[in-house]
Amino acid sequence: MSSITQFGNRLYTGETSINFIGRRTLWYIISIVGISLAIGAAALRGGFSFGIEFRGGSEFQISNPAQVDTSIAVDTVTSDIGADAQTRVTIVGGSSVRVQTDQLTTEENDALRASLATAYSVDINSVTSSFIGASWGSDITSQALRALAIFVVLVSVVMALYFRTWKMSVAAIVAMLHDLVLTAAVYGAFGLEVTPAAVIGLLTILGYSLYDTVVVFDKVRENTAIAYDESKRTFAESVNLAVNQTLVRSINTSIVAILPVGAILFIGSMLLGAGTLRDIALSLFVGILSGAYSTMFIAAPLYAQLREGETEDRKQGRAQRTEIVRNSAGAVR
Amino acid sequence: MSTQSTSRRAIRALTWLLLICAALAALIGSGVIWDKQSWVPKLALDLEGGTEIILAPQIQEGTQLTEEQLAQAVGIIRQRVDSAGVSESEVSTQGGTNIVVSIPGTPDQATLDRIRSSAKLEFRAVLLTDAVVSLEAVGGTNGGTTETPAPTPPPFPEPTADPTDGSDTNWIGSALYNTYLTATCDELDAAGANVADPALPLVICSDDGLFKYVLGPVEVDGSMISDAQGNYLAGSNGVQTNEWGVYLTFNAEGTTAFSTVTKRLTVLTGVRNQFAIVLDGRVISAPRTLAAIADGKPVISGSFTELSSKTLADQLKFGALPIGFEVQSSETVTPTLGVAQLQSGLIAGAIGLLLVIIYSLIQYRALAFVTISSLVIAFGLTYLVITYLSAANGYRLSLAGVAGLIVAIGITADSFIVYFERVRDELREGRALGSAVEAGWGRAFRTIVVSDAVNLLAAVVLFVLAVGNVRGFAFTLGVTTVVDLLVVILFTHPLLQLLARTRFFASGHPLSGLNPKSLGAVYRGRAQFVVNEAITGAARGKVSKEVRKRQTIAERRAAENGGDS
Repeated sequence: MSSITQFGNRLYTGETSINFIGRRTLWYIISIVGISLAIGAAALRGGFSFGIEFRGGSEFQISNPAQVDTSIAVDTVTSDIGADAQTRVTIVGGSSVRVQTDQLTTEENDALRASLATAYSVDINSVTSSFIGASWGSDITSQALRALAIFVVLVSVVMALYFRTWKMSVAAIVAMLHDLVLTAAVYGAFGLEVTPAAVIGLLTILGYSLYDTVVVFDKVRENTAIAYDESKRTFAESVNLAVNQTLVRSINTSIVAILPVGAILFIGSMLLGAGTLRDIALSLFVGILSGAYSTMFIAAPLYAQLREGETEDRKQGRAQRTEIVRNSAGAVR
Repeated sequence: MSTQSTSRRAIRALTWLLLICAALAALIGSGVIWDKQSWVPKLALDLEGGTEIILAPQIQEGTQLTEEQLAQAVGIIRQRVDSAGVSESEVSTQGGTNIVVSIPGTPDQATLDRIRSSAKLEFRAVLLTDAVVSLEAVGGTNGGTTETPAPTPPPFPEPTADPTDGSDTNWIGSALYNTYLTATCDELDAAGANVADPALPLVICSDDGLFKYVLGPVEVDGSMISDAQGNYLAGSNGVQTNEWGVYLTFNAEGTTAFSTVTKRLTVLTGVRNQFAIVLDGRVISAPRTLAAIADGKPVISGSFTELSSKTLADQLKFGALPIGFEVQSSETVTPTLGVAQLQSGLIAGAIGLLLVIIYSLIQYRALAFVTISSLVIAFGLTYLVITYLSAANGYRLSLAGVAGLIVAIGITADSFIVYFERVRDELREGRALGSAVEAGWGRAFRTIVVSDAVNLLAAVVLFVLAVGNVRGFAFTLGVTTVVDLLVVILFTHPLLQLLARTRFFASGHPLSGLNPKSLGAVYRGRAQFVVNEAITGAARGKVSKEVRKRQTIAERRAAENGGDS
């Protein structure tokens, strides 16, 4: 059997145990340092650069050029404005070329218009320029934020009801925020343009993070839900044991989830160079790693810490009561 | 439970899965045969391109479109586009006046109408009406001008006082009356019947161009509508007819206004008893007011079809556009990202999957067969669902959607991993494989359900409340989560149940991935087990057993070594 199975055996039996709960200060510091570094790097880059879907930009349309070729336009914009102009070139109606760029100044606008006319060998009057608004407008953002806020409230209530303690909800939401902030900051630190696809990637991470935390918390619930008359373990030790017992699962799941994303990130980038797909893959890659980390090193210790103030009796008493309630409910059905 | 019934249930579950797949395939197949649908899902704008429609506002000369009006129009048009399905369309502005709507594929006329018509609904009291032909006859006998109209309709007196309410004929002056008699419907449309001042009376034609009306000022309008539904109209005896109408629900303000007006109209006679429903500058119907409507829930009729009534209901629900738009151009556009991105994404995804398979083989040995076949089934089921929804619901796969599907590999595989690890835990506890599978499933199932419930909640909330691309994401998340649940319940678990009965797995072959020895299972002597049961009472035994189970095996060994402490 592979060594990870042996490792799993030792974790399960309690022979090997990683002190997730006890050394929480260390984990918290690692997270804070990591997030601070990423935010610092992103800030040095000048914050997020939003794509033209969010800010709008300039648009040029070249009517009936000799060659309907998009690469000419890309080259022209790159030499005129620079590589970071977020150029988008499409062919409209089969006979004209449309170029969308960042919002340009009037001079840049005129210059690019002339260059495009030269590059496509058409009269300058065949190149029209106009301003385009954001396709991801503020209405989409505000609706999405409202939906997210409602989701966070609902999911907190659902988790609190299922786990019978609101403290698990708090710990899970904190871990989720940790992942979102870290992923967004790393994305910004790489100086990548924020596209709608990147936002969708971030939403995917939000779901993944909560999912991962719930899986581990369900084991915590299982381990702490029964009375511990004969066990000498404290509550914190029970939580720690649960995280250790699910560690093999966490490692396996993270590897399985990260392999396809990593393949897109590294192989896809080699095949394609920069592109939307690489941008999404990067945010997913960071997010999945962060999600796995935060479940074990943030959510679980935080949960144990939140319940620290309660006496052992209360923690166990509550557990006993819920157990009885659950049994009687089972009998009614 | 007997092993016989276990395997029977397992086979039943597998049969269900087969039925679901077959049903989906049949649905898609029938679409392919009869509706020219495709066996592959349709792609979104970024991957396939589509049609770009530029809408120019219809505003009167000299007036300016404000930024708020434009933003409002964009929001409403987006809702209208979205209401047709999950199409991942894009709506933006161009040059500060035009609205650009990009739709994947080629939109039909109905879609265009749905998007651009303003859906400005007004209720006005009828002051005068007659058939266009009889008014022409009057105009004809008088040589085109109308100083002294012929017997029908009678000459109209000049207003004697300021009008007091919307049904007061004092609204009609000679200029208005002249227009009523002479203007053609086209002239009236061109004069801006759809942008008329709501506080003034109006000369207007019916939708079919057969009747002309003089209407009072606007009494109630579409902005007071809180909900609208297209449905069959009920006949006078309450029996459903096969005519379509739009059922409106007004807000408080609209309810009061509607009640006041209808109360006033019921006591009037002749044409002034009619209440005209004006949509985008044409009267769609002008029913007689038989009773006051106090509940704010009128029904509007007109010559609706099922499609037109539902379209109008959608338009009214999302609100009227502040201005009407006309299609300035409609052209095909190439994709912004292109198939190259999709292809290399798929290649990279396939390589990633291969790595997942290799990793599973190392981790789970023969058990990896279950993981891989489950992933294949999950992939197949997702493909079928997405293709079906693409044909039936306008779902389009965007690049972000593809990325979501790739992450779903992880979430789907996690269900199997959670399950396998729980089974292994039970094996470590010394259970036989058959009962370890059942016990492990019991524990894993709860975890899988609650964690998927969280994802499903996210999908539903975002789908219902968000707009634009976020809805597409929510849709993908929902589909993959449901597929995950179906596969783990109807495939992975039954398959493992059946495999647990084979010699290879049950004997704990070293390559089975479920070998108790290499999992470090504790040997629980049968005698000791029986003694435990014998000493303790039934209930006590249950608790003690549970507690013993909850102890780690290391603790248990320590306890055994340390004697009876």
